[in-house]
Amino acid sequence: MTMSEGELAVAKIAFVRDTVIDPRKPPIAMTGPWAWLRERLLSTPFNVVMTILVGSLLAWVGYELARFLLIDAVWTGVDRDACREEVQKRAIGACWPFVWERLNYFTYGSYPIPQRWRVDIFFAMLAIGVVWLLSLNAPRRDLGAIYFFVILPVTSFILLSGWEAIGLSTVDTSLWGGVLVTIVVASVGIVVSLPLGILLALGRRSDMPAVRMASIVFIEFVRGVPLVTVLFMASVMLPLFVPEHLSPDKLVRALVGIALFASAYMAEVVRAGLQSMPKGQYEGAMAVGLGYWQMMRLIVLPQALKVTIPNIVNTYIGLFKDTTLVFIVGIFDLLRTIEVSRIDPKWAAPVTSTTGYAVAAIFYLVFCYAMSRYARVTEERLAKSDKR
Amino acid sequence: MTDSTTKKPASESPLKRSRLTTGVAVDLIDMNKWYGDFHVLRDINLQVPGGERIVICGPSGSGKSTMIRCINRLEEHQSGRIIVDGVELTNDLKKIDEVRREVGMVFQHFNLFPHLTVLENCTLAPIWVRKMPKREADDVAMHYLTRVKIPEQAGKFPGQLSGGQQQRVAIARALCMNPKIMLFDEPTSALDPEMVKEVLDTMVGLAEDGMTMLVVTHEMGFARQVANRVVFMDQGQIIEANAPEEFFSNPRHERTKLFLSQILH
Repeated sequence: MTMSEGELAVAKIAFVRDTVIDPRKPPIAMTGPWAWLRERLLSTPFNVVMTILVGSLLAWVGYELARFLLIDAVWTGVDRDACREEVQKRAIGACWPFVWERLNYFTYGSYPIPQRWRVDIFFAMLAIGVVWLLSLNAPRRDLGAIYFFVILPVTSFILLSGWEAIGLSTVDTSLWGGVLVTIVVASVGIVVSLPLGILLALGRRSDMPAVRMASIVFIEFVRGVPLVTVLFMASVMLPLFVPEHLSPDKLVRALVGIALFASAYMAEVVRAGLQSMPKGQYEGAMAVGLGYWQMMRLIVLPQALKVTIPNIVNTYIGLFKDTTLVFIVGIFDLLRTIEVSRIDPKWAAPVTSTTGYAVAAIFYLVFCYAMSRYARVTEERLAKSDKR
Repeated sequence: MTDSTTKKPASESPLKRSRLTTGVAVDLIDMNKWYGDFHVLRDINLQVPGGERIVICGPSGSGKSTMIRCINRLEEHQSGRIIVDGVELTNDLKKIDEVRREVGMVFQHFNLFPHLTVLENCTLAPIWVRKMPKREADDVAMHYLTRVKIPEQAGKFPGQLSGGQQQRVAIARALCMNPKIMLFDEPTSALDPEMVKEVLDTMVGLAEDGMTMLVVTHEMGFARQVANRVVFMDQGQIIEANAPEEFFSNPRHERTKLFLSQILH
């Protein structure tokens, strides 16, 4: 290229753009399914190989699950013969008639059959409470909170364990079982552990030595022993020190054990959130005249809990699954009712146990996944204020 | 219920500037502070009469921020006395709360509450500390947001604003508590250069209204314009305090001369 002298003179001065560059299409597709495939799955030869390997693995697992749970499954029958290969002369998958027959036992345990409507009402009330509290556009969520944290626990307690004075016969907690127990233990643990955990976390960061020491001792002690030990202590050791007639109910003891255990974990999760808060937030709150509890409630905790949501839900999910450990002290939660049912001679077949465990797996998966999803949605909603 | 509050006669308006109960806004008497073994503030004596604007300057680490942070007890002093409008700061939490209610503070890094909107940042303390009805607190907040010239940002979150806007919100937030004294801790140091002026203009306006102000800053133009006195600190001590004309044209202490020669070019 050649330039005239005039142009050279211009080039020596500062640069000034005289045309606007119009946007052009990228040389290769940057959007759409093909771009997604190329970027995410096929970006390098190694990734191509991995995609093929993982894809085949997923396909195989998916096929096997579908085969067992649906394609080869037995849907009707009255006893073990329906689910035995040597009788049916075909490949046998899940034995669903066993589940149908035992479904009530899985749900209510040994709760007296004529009284099971009370459990149904409890489930319905709990469902209403959860939806009311968790859906953001529900009306009067303040009433919802009162309902969930005050009315629901009291009425559920009366409803489930009975009150002769109003005509509800007493049902001993040793008869409770199945999903009922799992839900009761998990919800008590979930509802109690967060506030208690927050108090413990604040205590651990307190300036008052006595409060701090008490919190540290509690947290480290409870975290330092396995849950099974806590449950054992609650149900075996406690009666040694407390007279028989004063000793609380077996289920209550397990509830307290699990709630305290979860609180200790929750305390450490919340503490991590508190420590992630910049000092300026505390100073800003103090400088406008907020007191300690106002500062914590209005400024620090809303932000600290927000960053810890994934960890809080992680603890909740762990807690939900840990409830199965109550079987150790002779409480019949869902898994235990399945355990008892699968050895029933009436349904003795090679696939019975697997079917039972599949039911348990699906139940826990549904609940844990629901918690996880709700947490994700909440995180996204709260993240709005972070966006610039 | 809210009618009575909104129809208040102007004389009872919450926007009326609260008066100091004594003539002396801040009195620091032989005040000392240590961080561990490090003697960070040494025999500080400073009396600020009501309505006075004090600019505090000095090299970094000279204790100027620490000194004004002692005035609302964000830092604790170990000896000497701090009396804020007649209330002496001790370990008594009630006294500390009392002082913090009457002393507004603006920080270098704004320290706005990021999870609350601009309006909520401003109404939080009036509602929870002053027990003001929400409607009235909203009115007060909008008044001060208008005054710092960002009423249109009331519904946004702090993270959506520029640094200068955030600092103006922080000033409005402090003003909403109707403070008798305002502390500024390097309010323009974290700002992009083109935003410094908007914050300084707001502060000049405040000074013209007769607010008692203690300002830690390196903005010497601001000091010349509004300060009654400039206080120079070094190594935890007050080296020199003088009216701005004298301070800038005729610094007495060698250390002051050196400092001024370094920052005035």
